[in-house]
Parts: sequence; C-alpha cells; structure tokens
Amino acid sequence: MTPYLRAAVLAPLALAGCGRKEAAPAPSAADASYKEKLIAQLIDASPGDVIEIPEGRFSFDRSLSLAVDGVTIRGAGMDKTVLSFRDQIAGAEGLLVTASDFTIEDLAIEDTKGDALKVNEGENIIIRRVRTEWTGEPKTENGAYGIYPVQTRNVLLESNVAIGASDAGIYVGQSQNVIVRYNRAEKNVAGIEIENTFDADVYENIATDNTGGILIFNMPNLSQPGARTRIFNNEANANNRKNFGHPGTPVATIPAGSGVVVNSNDRVEIFDNDIRDNKTANIIIASVFSSGLSRDGMSADFDGYPEGVYVYANRMGGGGKNPDGLDLQALKLAKFGPMGAIPDVLWDGYVDPAKQVDGRTPASLRVCIDNDAAEVLNVDAPNKFADPQIVTDEVRCALEKLPAVSLANGLGN
Amino acid sequence: MRLLVALVLLLVCACARREAQTAPVFHADGYPEKLSDWRLLSVEDGVLALSPGVTPYDLATPLFTDYALKLRTITLPAGQSAVYDENDVFDMPVGTIISKTFYYPTPELEWTGDVAAGPSPGLSNDAMPLAAVRLVETRLLVHRAEGWVAIPYLWNEEQSEAVLHRTGAAIAMTLHRPDGRKEEFAYVVPNQNQCAGCHATNNTTRAIKPIGPKARHLNKASTFVAGFNQLDWWLAAGLLSGAPADASPAPKNADWTDETASLDARARAYLDANCSHCHSDVGAADTSGLDLRPTVAFGPQFGACKTPVAAGGGSGGRAFDIVPGDPEQSIFIYRMTTSRPGDMMPELGRSTTHEEGVALIADWISAMAGGCN
Repeated sequence: MTPYLRAAVLAPLALAGCGRKEAAPAPSAADASYKEKLIAQLIDASPGDVIEIPEGRFSFDRSLSLAVDGVTIRGAGMDKTVLSFRDQIAGAEGLLVTASDFTIEDLAIEDTKGDALKVNEGENIIIRRVRTEWTGEPKTENGAYGIYPVQTRNVLLESNVAIGASDAGIYVGQSQNVIVRYNRAEKNVAGIEIENTFDADVYENIATDNTGGILIFNMPNLSQPGARTRIFNNEANANNRKNFGHPGTPVATIPAGSGVVVNSNDRVEIFDNDIRDNKTANIIIASVFSSGLSRDGMSADFDGYPEGVYVYANRMGGGGKNPDGLDLQALKLAKFGPMGAIPDVLWDGYVDPAKQVDGRTPASLRVCIDNDAAEVLNVDAPNKFADPQIVTDEVRCALEKLPAVSLANGLGN
Repeated sequence: MRLLVALVLLLVCACARREAQTAPVFHADGYPEKLSDWRLLSVEDGVLALSPGVTPYDLATPLFTDYALKLRTITLPAGQSAVYDENDVFDMPVGTIISKTFYYPTPELEWTGDVAAGPSPGLSNDAMPLAAVRLVETRLLVHRAEGWVAIPYLWNEEQSEAVLHRTGAAIAMTLHRPDGRKEEFAYVVPNQNQCAGCHATNNTTRAIKPIGPKARHLNKASTFVAGFNQLDWWLAAGLLSGAPADASPAPKNADWTDETASLDARARAYLDANCSHCHSDVGAADTSGLDLRPTVAFGPQFGACKTPVAAGGGSGGRAFDIVPGDPEQSIFIYRMTTSRPGDMMPELGRSTTHEEGVALIADWISAMAGGCN
C-alpha cells in the first residue's frame, strides 16, 4: 500500500473515530502527527537512543510507555517542553517506563489522570530537572504520584519539581541505593516519600506547603521492608496544607503540619535539616500500629516498629502550635495550654515487646533524639494516649551513624 | 475414541473449508503491513474464514475488553506441537502464530459506531458471516527466534483488510447494553509497547508471552468441535503434546457465567483472567503486594483486609481491598466499577464497566463472613 493510501485508510479510524462523533475537538494536525511520532520513537527505541522532545506543549489522550533499556528522553527544559495529559482517556500514568539504564531530563508532565512518571523495575535510573505538576489548586482528584520509581536500584532523582500530587510528589518505593537531592516538592499531600527502600540519601531538598514534608515509611505486605535512610540538609518548613489525599490510602492519615515523618522504618538518620513551622509537629516518629491500619490485613512477619531512629543537629522551631485532629488538639490543650505547642518531636511510644531485654529496648534499636534543646513528646499511643510525657532526657542517646550512599556506575558524579 | 477422532477430523476438514486457500505464512522478522500477509484469516463475500491449519479456540473465562467478542486462533508450524504445562502457559515452538480478533455485533447493518453487548455471533465451521458485525482489530502474538512479538492490526472502514497500526488509537463507539441503555465510550487500541502491559507477565525478564493458552483456561467443552473437551481436542489434533491422556486431571477454571459452578470458583476464574497477568508474584503489579493467581490462598495477599499501597484515587475512599461481607466498602468493587483512567482496574483494556463482572465479585464478597479488624 502506498503511504498516501495507508494514510487515507488509517486517518478516519485513528483520528476521527471512524468518521463519527468526536469526543474532543480535533487536535491540530501538527500536534497529532508529533504525538504519533513520539509514540513510534518510544516503541522503536534502541539502547543508546536519545529521544529529544522539542520545546512546546504536547497533548496526549493516552499514556506513553517505554520498554527498552538504555534510552534517554530529553526535553528543552521543565518549563519549555510540556507533555500535557489533561485530556487523557486511558492509561494509569503519563509515562510508564519498564526499562533499565534510563535517563529522563528537562521536561514537564502535567495533569495526568493517574501517576505522572512511573518507572516500574529497573536499575541505573536518572530523573533530573523534570517537573510533574497537577495545575490549579491541589485537589483530591489529582493523580497519586508525581515521580514514582518502584522496585528500582541505583537511582538518582535530582533537581526535579513536584507539585500537586494527591499522594506523594516524589515517591521512591521498594527500591535500593537511591539519592534524592536538590528537588523541590510543594502542594502535595506528601512532599518526598521513601517507602520500603534500602539505602537512601535525601539531601538539599525543599519540601514546603505539603501536608507532610518528608516521609520515611515501611508498609506491610510488600516485596521488601526498608531501612537505612539519611535525611540531611533539607528544608521542610511550613507543611501545613490540608490533607487532600484519598480517604482509605495510608497517606490520608498524615496530619496536616507534619515536617518529617518516620513510620515503621528502621535505621533512619535525620540531621542538619531546617524543620520549622509545621503546625502538628516538626518531626513525627510512629508505628504502623498507631496508623489505624487493619491487623487482619498485615502479613504476620511485618515489623511495624520504627527502630534505630537517630535525630540530631536539626534547626527546628515554630511547630506544633495547631495540631491536626481533635485528639492532638485536646492533648495539646491539656498538656501545654492554649498558647502552648506540641514539642518539636512527637513519638507515638511504640516499642516491640518481643525485643525488650529486661524491660528495655536494646541500644541499637532505640529512638535517639539528641537535638540540643528540642523537646520530645511520647504520646503513649500503646496505652490509648493515657499518659503523654515529655521524654527529652530519656531518649537523649546516640546511634552509630550510617555511611553515605554511593551510587554505582558513575550516577551522580 | 481413535475412530471418532478420525471421523471428526474428516468431517471438519470436509465441510469447513471453502475454496482452496493458501496456507498461513510465518514472517520471521519485520512487521508486515497487512494482516492478510500472514494468510491466517480471509474475508470474502461477507464471510470471515480461517485458513487451513488455523485452529480457533476459546477460554473458560476470558478477559473483559469493553464487551468486544474475540476470535482466537493458534497456528503451529507444520508437524510441531505445543508442550503441555500444568500451571504456566504452554511452551509453543518458534513459528507459532496466535491471533485475537476483536469484533462486535452491530445493531444496524451500516456502521454507525453502535455496538451491542452480545454473546454472538461466533465462528462456525471455521467461518463467520460478517453481516451486522464490526471487526475492530486483530492482534498477533508471533513466536520468533528472539522471542514472542506483539503485532497489532486495525481493520479498515470497508472491513476488507486489517492494516498494521503500532501507535494505538481511540475509536468512538456507542455501547448498547442488553437492557437497552446506550453508552458512548472510546474503544482504545493499545500501542505496541502497551501489549507488554499485560503480556510481559514477568516484569523482571519482561519477555512477552501469551496468556490464554494455559491448561486451566482451555480445559472446557470445545465450542468448535462438538463432543470434545478442548484440551482433548488439541491433543487429538496434534496441537499439544505431553498432556494427560484425558483432560480430567488438568487444572480447570470455571466459566464465570456458569451458575452451576460455585461462586468462589467463578470469582476466582474471573480475577485470574482479568487480573493475575499483572497481580502475580512476578508481574508488574507485584509492587502492590496483591496476588490474584488461582493458587494463592484467600488472605491479605489475595486482598482480604489489605490496605492499598499506591492506589491513590483507586481506593475510592475505602480502606481495604476486600472487606469480607461488604462489597460497598471493598476497593475491588470501586476499581472495577470506575472508568477513571488513573483509578480503574485493569489499567488498560476497558473504557466501560463490566457490570456483570462487578456483580459477580460483589456477590462473592457479600457471601463472605467477616469484616476487618
């Protein structure tokens, strides 16, 4: 068939919906043909290819996907090359990547119906100077994750901007060996979230105006738990946005005004950060058991206790003045008075009963807060909040520091 | 038995074949421009016919795709057979071509974009009249030396040929439901990469594989050869080797519409066909911790009181995948009912709600005792 004939046959099918009823105004011919070209480039990519997307705003009604290792996707800048999914009718993400040795840089992905950029399994992943955004006032209908590598290894996320996600702006799940740096996350429910991940360094990021700034979580029933995350030199200030997460999702339980939250994760080191003006508490350390999740639905071997958490040398202040939720409001009022505030560090008080030795938690499994004058409140969650106490002196201890994460294969050098 | 097989073979050969047709052609590389280049199916005088050596088959419980009917065929290289496996997809030789043609009954003879949710028409004697039928697409899975390759073809306006179309498409249609309700929807043809969304059943190796040709899906009364179990027929016709001499010990999925089967068997067959290609121990959805293979025991791993991990809006405001006894509070029902692209399940392959499938899973959850603690 000649190209002309082929175009004549296909055009009515593909573009005009069989010559009848068009759901949306037809895109301009140039836009439509570029869309087809990019999809074809992604399908036909070979290892080593650099797919350059020019400056411009390109609209897609279906998700894009890449399944070839060794490909770079490069735009002309996060404010110049915009892939818009405002009119998306199919696909659970904007761009789905199932490949290794992948780099994406200098473009924006906007208004996807589900996640913006998902990388599902792969190693040597670089995502930099990418903006994922749900435009307009943040709302529950926005997609869940902006930048979303899951089950990946050797990952560098740097200098990205993530705005408006109804779960996490930047989310690293079930991964290993990760650096997250120089990013900005705002107006998400969770700004930056590291979940069920081993060996992550999170530094020099700005997380502000989210519900929770930086979250280090372990969730049950997944392929791996997580441990060993360092959070340092970040700014997690004024994360006071009303939680607009989807009811039922774990992130919807995050109180508005949470600076840095550790939940059920182990070996977490939080130091040298600016964490200020988060109205529930600047740092929250909690167990899955105070998160309202079903115990029926947890695998029996899940360790839901945060252990080996070490907090020091952070610059904190201005937090805890208006905690989210009636329980915490009541607690604040009872304990600290109408003009008082929840201390900088709020700990739910859960320790694993099975690991106690002579009634004490072994040294390496303790929660250690040694942060100058910052005070620590144990809310006594295991006893239904019966006896909340300031425990600053009791938890002043030190833990062995974690080594820096170094990425393999020259990533991040 | 052997005599019967011979007789049936003779009958099938005698009455099914129309004019002499050219045998199927296996293309070892490239993407042929036209479906007819493969010589699997032909359209002549308003009748779709299979070429000799092209075997139609169907599944006990199939994947739902916007009520499209599906004509599945398998073509093996001459003299070779697929090797039986109890649980996994059969091992098929290089040179195998699997085709799946998506089509609809239409309420009118002229194509208006209107399609019906109907169980018929289907293939009979290797041929199907195309009056009041709209052929939409034919997807091939071709086993080449380097592995399986997915190649999509779109049928043309004249319904005379299907043409290679690798970048996907959205086609406006109106669904006529059995009770008369009409519903506009976009029939979405996946792009070639998206074939891997279902067919790369192991998200680590990412090899494309067929999904349907498994013992449990094929172990049913043959739709195409009267009096035979389909697996027995494959064995008798030489399409399959290494299988038990008769199908009875092979795994068997229920027909999800068969009200004589148990609710549990029907629901599990439905979840297997619609979910387990991703929701397995190695599939793309192993990130969720939800595993819907039929061998998995009912518990958190199968969704019971399981908290979602990365569902976002897919939670529908509900806390657990399955709340035993309470479908309205179960995320399963929300994700199957909604057609929002970021929330719905499966993620690809439908724009409408499979109301009958949702009803089945809701009945199954209702019948459970329990709740979540």
